[in-house]
Amino acid sequence: MEIKIVENVAVKLLQLAVTELPQDVKEALQRAYHEEESEVGKTQLKAILDNVELAEKMRKPMCQDTGVINFYVKAGAEVRGLDKIEQALRNATKRATKEVPLRPNAVDPFTQKNSGNNTGRFVPFIHWEILPGDDLEITAFPKGGGSENVCVIGMLVPGEGMIGLKRFVVDAVIKAGSKPCPPNILGVSIGGGADIAIKMAKKALLRPINQPTQNPEIAKLEKELYAAVNMTGIGPMGLGGKITALGVNVDYAYRHPASFPAAVAFQCWAARRATALIHFDGKFEYLSHKVK
Amino acid sequence: MRKMTVYKLKTPISEEDVRKLEVNDVLYITGTMVTARDAAHKRALDFFKKGKKLPIDLQGLAVFHCGPIVKKEEENWVIVAAGPTTSTRMDIFEDKFIQNFKARVIIGKGGMGKRTTDAMKKYGAVYGAFTGGAAILAANAIKEVKRGEWFDLGMPEALWILEVEEFGPLTVAIDAHGKNLFDEVGKRVEAVRSKIYEKLGVPK
Repeated sequence: MEIKIVENVAVKLLQLAVTELPQDVKEALQRAYHEEESEVGKTQLKAILDNVELAEKMRKPMCQDTGVINFYVKAGAEVRGLDKIEQALRNATKRATKEVPLRPNAVDPFTQKNSGNNTGRFVPFIHWEILPGDDLEITAFPKGGGSENVCVIGMLVPGEGMIGLKRFVVDAVIKAGSKPCPPNILGVSIGGGADIAIKMAKKALLRPINQPTQNPEIAKLEKELYAAVNMTGIGPMGLGGKITALGVNVDYAYRHPASFPAAVAFQCWAARRATALIHFDGKFEYLSHKVK
Repeated sequence: MRKMTVYKLKTPISEEDVRKLEVNDVLYITGTMVTARDAAHKRALDFFKKGKKLPIDLQGLAVFHCGPIVKKEEENWVIVAAGPTTSTRMDIFEDKFIQNFKARVIIGKGGMGKRTTDAMKKYGAVYGAFTGGAAILAANAIKEVKRGEWFDLGMPEALWILEVEEFGPLTVAIDAHGKNLFDEVGKRVEAVRSKIYEKLGVPK
């Protein structure tokens, strides 16, 4: 696999992600507009839909905050040149910052200096998964600051079990209020260690909203949490209304007997992600977007 | 609750006109809008204290909490993206800002607190919530960058004096009668929390 292909595809993924929402999110926003009963909420959803349409047509970022760049990589164990992929993704991020353009969002916490090109220590962050085969699947996931600021991890009481989890999620959504630019997608995780919990919650945001889980217990919990957070009345942009969440995606891991970690990752309405599959011969296809 | 009314106002906006607006109304603005974030608010208040004139008279105008992405094309400035920033950071300045300069519409996202709400009631101003992140919608309503001032504060913090056409939709979230929509929603949400717990089987 030519490493330059990986770089080029990643640049395109970043451009697609920030300018065009995946179909499932677009549909969810349209559904929300039809289902919303509050006039104020409807006004906000209409503005969001108009903005999304304009961004796509003008090929401009749909939000001025183009986020911190994350990549999720599923690498076939037989892919050659795995050691060069990180550099290719860093190069792609720098190029996309200029070419799209993206807002420079990588700041050194000691000097407060912005690197200017969206790269820095651990930025972009690359989440790796090794699978059998010789394909490479890359997802670009730019994550905005407003919704990131209200993500929470809690070490709950094991004795309370799922009851504690449900309270934790509802409280997190109420506390967040208008801050994460609702309607939101929520990634909720149960179990693991503290670090696994927040990582799982964020990764759960990658699953399309309309793609149901195979696990009936998770599906039931997702439905229950979705109904619960949409009872809050926070509504689009926190101005009051029926639609606070577009979807709730849950994932879980086994836990220590004495621990019950849980996490909620918030995604703003600008739920940006784009995925491509690169084959061993360098041929590639975009899985999340139609590319003309 | 009164039915939502749509208003289209042209700057300069009079105190009388702004007092007609109520929370939940939708507002579109045509005319002059000035961007100002933390640093610009601070400097404007310093100028007032020292009796110095601002680069533009803000009376009757709209002030936008926004740090736009601006680029220069030949001789002209062009707005690329101009979404609202979080307004609560300006809460410590806004009451004096409204009192001193008589700006009639403050635009941002996330709402503002009691100090600002009280000042809006006393001096006649409203807060218009613009959809967070809707940067292209905002940029599209900006027809011309008249000029920039205070460039030493940096591009996002500078005062950008903009000519806008039907800039909106803005949801009136604080009106000139002391009503604050974000507070009202917050209270309603708090009241429903125990009902949600009950439905989930969560003890209080």
